Amino acid sequence: MTKADLVEKLAEKINLTKKQTEVIVNTVFQSITDALNQGNKVELRGFGSFRVRHRNSREGRNPKSGQKVTVPAKKVPFFKAGKELREMIDTNKDNPA
Amino acid sequence: MVKQFRKGGAMTKLEIINRVSQETGLARNKAEKAVEGVINLIKDALSNGESVILRRFGSFEVRDKRARIGRNPKTGEEAGISARRVVRFKSGKYFKEVVNNNNN
Repeated sequence: MTKADLVEKLAEKINLTKKQTEVIVNTVFQSITDALNQGNKVELRGFGSFRVRHRNSREGRNPKSGQKVTVPAKKVPFFKAGKELREMIDTNKDNPA
Repeated sequence: MVKQFRKGGAMTKLEIINRVSQETGLARNKAEKAVEGVINLIKDALSNGESVILRRFGSFEVRDKRARIGRNPKTGEEAGISARRVVRFKSGKYFKEVVNNNNN
């Protein structure tokens, strides 16, 4: 499912135009992005939580040349599925991914 | 602009609903339906084994994990972990850049 599919389905569900619905969808994901940018986490009951994870710097290797490189420390967005979502997915094993 | 988060700096669905309402001028109950709708549509797709690909933000996909023998990290005891299906989120380039380039 792409964002366009999501917008189309949601527009139908809530009876708004696709244009209005696209603003909604963008706002939802922009809110999550902004919260993490401000150092906050996002907790969505029944779905999961988004937070920032810190990765320490490490020695990596260029897989092509084998040369050592230092991979700098960085912060990455991290999503953890909530209990309800985890259970919902796991009981649907019969549908191949 | 909603800045006050509950629970030790966690943004909840409520803040997202408020922001959608402000941004679009929709009534709060309509904004709530919309936000719930976004979440439920993603959940439905994933439970059908379908990936959700949101450009810039990232993608959610469903993966099958094989059964394996795990270990309780505290006691060192072995425990069988049965085959299961899990959700994986891969953040998009824009989301990664925003999070990595701040100074918090």
